[in-house]
Amino acid sequence: MTEPLQDSDLLFKALADPNRRMLLDLLHAHDGRTLNELCEHLDMTRQGVTQHLDLLEAANLVAILRRGREKLHFLNPVPLQEIYGRWISKFEKPRLKALDQLKRKLEDNHG
Amino acid sequence: MARSTFLYVTYIRTTPEKLWSALTEPEFMKEYWFGMHGESRWIAGSPWKLVASDGKIAADGEIVESDPPKRLVFKWQDRSKPEMEAEGISLCTMDLVAESAVVKLSITHTIECEPSKLLTAVSGGWPKVLSNLKTFLETGSAAIAPAVPRTGG
Repeated sequence: MTEPLQDSDLLFKALADPNRRMLLDLLHAHDGRTLNELCEHLDMTRQGVTQHLDLLEAANLVAILRRGREKLHFLNPVPLQEIYGRWISKFEKPRLKALDQLKRKLEDNHG
Repeated sequence: MARSTFLYVTYIRTTPEKLWSALTEPEFMKEYWFGMHGESRWIAGSPWKLVASDGKIAADGEIVESDPPKRLVFKWQDRSKPEMEAEGISLCTMDLVAESAVVKLSITHTIECEPSKLLTAVSGGWPKVLSNLKTFLETGSAAIAPAVPRTGG
């Protein structure tokens, strides 16, 4: 790779792996877990889990809070919000607007 | 003691000084915080309140620590809904760390109860506020602008 990866590349790459998505689901269910706690739920080597967490952290999907000697892992939803803004809301808006207009029209006829 | 914590991180192409202004000046805040704004002198011990666009107080508290443009810690007592107000005081910490061309903004929000209705509510709000803030500071085109090259975490 001659050029550094961009944020969105890192993000989609991080989301492309089922094990990493499972890690995000685990954190969503219970945030602030240590590496040991995450390893308990996964059929993977400790090294494997660490590598996946590093990629998730590089994509800013996982944020770390240090408490003493422990590293606590948190699901960071901010980049997902950016995907929503970039890829979903613009397609959704015209449909939501159409639904809203339909609702108004139906309710007007009703009254 | 049971505790709920949320941690949110975003990287913004700006300076710590500009980001600090965006986090503390009412006119800036209204641009990205759903019309809400904070009011405070932003020094330790001074009162703080979060005011909605209709003038209602959404939350209030006190500044615990203020070290511009690096760190802001304040107590956050919800005033928007009785069930969230009943959970008592939460603590919100904002850390700003300059990393080459970007500033890493970390927000931790903690309350001494679990599960917390307040944190469930703010967990829907903070990502939107931070995403808006990033867009706002990166000239309003961040949603489609090329992202920041970054090497690992």
